Amino acid sequence: MNSMRAINRKARKVEDLVIAETGEVQALQARGGEGKIYYPMGCTLNFTPGWEIDVSGGTAGLCQPVERDLFDCHLGCGWPAQVPDHLNNAAQWTDKCASAANDWRKVDIVFP
Amino acid sequence: MSTVAELAPSYQLCEHHAFEAAGTEFLYLVPSGAIFALDPLGKEVISRVSERSYTREELVGRLSDRYKPRQVETVLTELEHSDVISFGTPEMQLPKVPERTFPLQRIVLNVTNQCNLACTYCYEYSADRISQTEGKPKHMNHQVAEAAIDLLIHESGQRRAIHVTFFGGETLLNFSVMRTSVAYAKRKAAEAGKYVEFSLTTNATLLTEEIVDFLSEHHIGVTVSIDGDQELNDKMRVFKDGRGSYDVIVPRIKMLLARHRTNSIGARVTLSSGVSHVRRIYNHLTQEVGFDAAGFSPATANPSRLYSIGTQKMEAVLGGFEELAWEYRDFAVAGKVHGFTNANDTIKELHSGISKAYPCGAGLGLLGVGTAGDISLCHRFVDSPVGKMGHVMNGGVDHDARGEFLTTHHLGARTDCHTCWARPVCAGGCYHEAYIHYGETSAATLHYCDWIRNWNDLCLRIYGEISVTNPSFLDRFNEN
Repeated sequence: MNSMRAINRKARKVEDLVIAETGEVQALQARGGEGKIYYPMGCTLNFTPGWEIDVSGGTAGLCQPVERDLFDCHLGCGWPAQVPDHLNNAAQWTDKCASAANDWRKVDIVFP
Repeated sequence: MSTVAELAPSYQLCEHHAFEAAGTEFLYLVPSGAIFALDPLGKEVISRVSERSYTREELVGRLSDRYKPRQVETVLTELEHSDVISFGTPEMQLPKVPERTFPLQRIVLNVTNQCNLACTYCYEYSADRISQTEGKPKHMNHQVAEAAIDLLIHESGQRRAIHVTFFGGETLLNFSVMRTSVAYAKRKAAEAGKYVEFSLTTNATLLTEEIVDFLSEHHIGVTVSIDGDQELNDKMRVFKDGRGSYDVIVPRIKMLLARHRTNSIGARVTLSSGVSHVRRIYNHLTQEVGFDAAGFSPATANPSRLYSIGTQKMEAVLGGFEELAWEYRDFAVAGKVHGFTNANDTIKELHSGISKAYPCGAGLGLLGVGTAGDISLCHRFVDSPVGKMGHVMNGGVDHDARGEFLTTHHLGARTDCHTCWARPVCAGGCYHEAYIHYGETSAATLHYCDWIRNWNDLCLRIYGEISVTNPSFLDRFNEN
């Protein structure tokens, strides 16, 4: 919370309740303390709610920012995404895009 | 004509107790028992609302020079949902009355009403006695003890861990029933898929190696009544011919401490008019006798009795408690355990954030049983006309009497407590203390109110210091 820190066990329960009642949806990368409630958003290898993880088994690579969809959706995730066929017809379409978050404007335009 | 601002609802502070420790400001919330450390913006909001009531818009405006409006809005919402501030006068909140089927956890077997000592302040034999043992057997027989254990297992419902406490008189005058009861309880508990633990309160005069080995074998926790060094102990704790008990008990206690290592062994000190030297007693019991832990409690006595501790002596006791409690803090900061039971128990309760509907488990999770099998509110009311709750053989627990007691003694009925910030931990005080002072079990023990508030404030500050300087020490209190 922003105004005070929970010290004893009851305070942590109150804090959980307050966050559940008032907290905003947060991305999984947002670090928090013990007892924080998160509402996961983003693509994942494991589709069980509460177990959302990226290709490396962590949460840092989930699709935040959304530009990461370019890779995590069609490469790591296997989730069907509307991207060019990178195996046969457009293998170089992201060669100029070293980092999706920074270079996403450099991906090639591919005409099927 | 009223302006919009005047009509808008304004914030007021909810019930709390503010305290400072290790340079940090804390809030103890009432009645939840939650403890929070304040961050600067929270502190500022609370400081302003404590001066006068503010509307939400006013607060956002006043704080806009240093904080973004959105930040203040978020904090106000948090504080509202945490019951720190509210619009208008906050509603009185009380814990619920428990279900009628509340499971029993512990039974106290007064296996004898006889004692080989004649302690001046004893609530069973002194001028303030309430038990009426005429016509009752001096010792509980094993049939009654076994019926009480059956009742505990039956009334404990889904609760897996149950507890049998052996009490007296002097408990060891009836060691034979204690021995058979332990075997019986273990067998019956195992059959019911439960786990039973035992404890014993004794004056230590009758401890032998054989008895101590039995206590150790069965992991029986022991509380020994002793009031300090020879001079202090022998003021009140005497045999019937007036001889002091110190010389008799101390060699036996040392033997107990040396041979029994499977459960806790604590000293229980009763403070009275001539015995209020907390530091001296604690040092003697831990350093000279060898106890790991010692707890103190004032003798329950009508204020007219000469041995009654009285208000002035209780202030001195608080001074002694304070000295030991700060020592407890020093130990905790260094990661060590201190044996001052009173501080440890209160800090444990503060850490959990307990919010009691009743001052203790009497009549709720705990019942006492007299030598003839009469069930009572607790061991202090055994065989008294007050607090009767059935019979272990004839009908079991009188659930109507128990339900009536729990309704009339709920914190909600103790209106004196409704404005007190210490009520989450205190909840009105001991029923027996109230009965002896005011003639009613339902009265709050008003003669201790200031003392209790001072003690709880002290323990909160110590808790706050530990939470800042060595928070990992508090992990030991996390088990359920």
